[in-house]
Amino acid sequence: MRRHLFMATIAASIVFASAVSATTLEDVKKKGFVQCGVSQGLKGFSSPDDKGGWTGIDVDLCRAIAAAIFGDASSVKFTPLSAKERFTALQSGVIDVLSRNTTWALSRDTALGFDFRGVTYYDGQGFMVRKSAGVKSVRDLNGATVCVLMGTSTSLTLADYFRSNNMKYEPITFEKDDEVVAAYESGRCDAYTTDSSGLYANRLTLKDQQEHIVLPEIISKEPLGAVVRHGDNQWGDIVSWALYATLNAEELGIDSKNVAGMRESENPEIRRLLGTEGKFGEGLGLPDDWAYNIIAKVGNYSEIYERNVGMGSPLGIPRGLNALWTKGGIQYAPPIR
Amino acid sequence: MRKQTFWNDPRYRAWFFQALAVLLVGGFFATVIANTVENLNALNVASGFGFLQHTAGFGISQTLIEYSEASTYGRAFLVALLNTLLVAAIGIVFATVLGFLVGIARLSSNWLVAKLATVYIEIFRNIPLLLQILFWYTAVLSNLPAPRVSMQFGPMLLNNRGLYLPAPVSDAGFGYVVLAIIAALVAIVFLRQVSERRRMLTGVGLPLLFPGAGVLFGLPLLVFWLVGSPLHFEAPELRGFNFVGGVRAVPELLALVFALSIYTAAFIAEIVRSGIQAVNWGQSEAALALGLRRPETLRLVVIPQALRVIIPPLTSQFLNLTKNSSLAAALAYPELASVFAGTVLNQTGQAVEVLAITMAVYLSLSLLTSMAMNFYNSRIALVER
Repeated sequence: MRRHLFMATIAASIVFASAVSATTLEDVKKKGFVQCGVSQGLKGFSSPDDKGGWTGIDVDLCRAIAAAIFGDASSVKFTPLSAKERFTALQSGVIDVLSRNTTWALSRDTALGFDFRGVTYYDGQGFMVRKSAGVKSVRDLNGATVCVLMGTSTSLTLADYFRSNNMKYEPITFEKDDEVVAAYESGRCDAYTTDSSGLYANRLTLKDQQEHIVLPEIISKEPLGAVVRHGDNQWGDIVSWALYATLNAEELGIDSKNVAGMRESENPEIRRLLGTEGKFGEGLGLPDDWAYNIIAKVGNYSEIYERNVGMGSPLGIPRGLNALWTKGGIQYAPPIR
Repeated sequence: MRKQTFWNDPRYRAWFFQALAVLLVGGFFATVIANTVENLNALNVASGFGFLQHTAGFGISQTLIEYSEASTYGRAFLVALLNTLLVAAIGIVFATVLGFLVGIARLSSNWLVAKLATVYIEIFRNIPLLLQILFWYTAVLSNLPAPRVSMQFGPMLLNNRGLYLPAPVSDAGFGYVVLAIIAALVAIVFLRQVSERRRMLTGVGLPLLFPGAGVLFGLPLLVFWLVGSPLHFEAPELRGFNFVGGVRAVPELLALVFALSIYTAAFIAEIVRSGIQAVNWGQSEAALALGLRRPETLRLVVIPQALRVIIPPLTSQFLNLTKNSSLAAALAYPELASVFAGTVLNQTGQAVEVLAITMAVYLSLSLLTSMAMNFYNSRIALVER
């Protein structure tokens, strides 16, 4: 019942709210924090810990935005949302930015009234099965029952893939991640599909992790990024450049430990990024040391990646596509000048 | 007599206030609609109902009508609606039967039977429904064995993918059997009318139960045998991951039907008990004194009077059951709240339209159920002479 109530409340706010006039940045500055939509718990991306704090890549992006605006990475409040609730929550203004492992796709960018602002994580859809099923490839899954999260691009890709390969399947869709995993673990489904990062993250929660394998194929492109409402370009720019600042910092060799010393650097690129040269905060409506605050309080992209999903985390996912373009990946940020 | 002023004239006054009320209500809705349209435009969100013709692109696990990923959102809506109706209809039948049995058992003079019924009622109506649904789904049904090691009860197969039964397949000539069933029903209605007429004339009707049952079962069976048993069963068989063929009830449907009917039956049982107890004991005594036997007393005197107390609250329970089926969103049963107000809403982002349609559907379902029950109620209402 609570779930329906939540959706109804959000919908009602579209019906009854008066048209918003102030920009998102003004709103955020007035209330003193960023309201950030995250998942209800996906390890490595956004998950609550036992102290009520949040960790993950998506969470760190929210913190970076807060650091850029307020110089304080803790000026952010998190709204956990199911895949089903997330878009209505952003449309209605319940949250300022949605940073919830959301795939960038055309219809979401247009008909839903959103703008995607950069790619925080390049992902792709994969499958997990039981070892005992003897399945070696996705092609062996003809006739299988597949557990999937409701209202995700994953469920659509799943449908496309089986349809285009003339294979039969039965989708079992749940609203919450943990319900999907529980159903797969209980044997209701033969396979579990989601973004491959999610497969690794959720395998950690299974009782017997060795019992399950991730199939080698990746069947889709899933660029995951932060989403804002279409039309407020200044706010969108802030979200994009918060991400780009972490990428540029990694490229220039700046991290949270050496950032203070780097202020003295003679390198003009570093000086522009850290706000010691030029007036680059002005265009964003932010102080000039916005990027300095992000790097000092949250870290560069490599630090964020490694502590949440990389080698410094239980997930241990290699950088792969998410390495910098200079290191064989496709993460590439426009320059600050 | 003093002449009444214009604004004190009750006729004009009534008109004035009614017009005012209409204006206020109309104005409220006009503002809400205008505000919504303006907000949606300001948000650059698509609006209107055109999305119902767009391709859905997602799969649905249980479809009563033809549906594929290439079908439209409108079609997905129909599939979801039918799934809701299916679970509501099955649930209402089971809940009513079970509820009547338990309600009567609670009044039984047998101590054990009465206490068991009480325990049943107190347990199931006091545990939240969502918990009961999750109990049946996660604690009972998901612990069933995998398809390869299914449990077998005669022709019935039970595993964690559902309950499988052989599917009846009709061969040529089965139409005659259907005709025979219709003929038998017509004959029974006719028999009843003859009996009624005779009872009015002589006070003694014809015996109905055995001849009726004989016609209902005998005639179709005879025809079935004559045209050479035009029916065979197709058993489900294990192919790849799952069983293929046969009739199948998915575990989500089973869990939902179990939980909804067991929960609602507890309420219906109390309604039935109160209905029976509302009939004064003097009525039974009078009937017995007139020489009616116990079953006749129950059938002709007590139940007709009890039903008029039972039907109105029973209608509410049917409505509750239908609306409670939307809790299925928690366990992947593809009904309206989960497919339409869930997946479709998410994909199209048109919350206002989708929720409006969903609410309209539940409202219409409830009103239709009420209408049917009110019709039945007026049919059986006691005509006082």
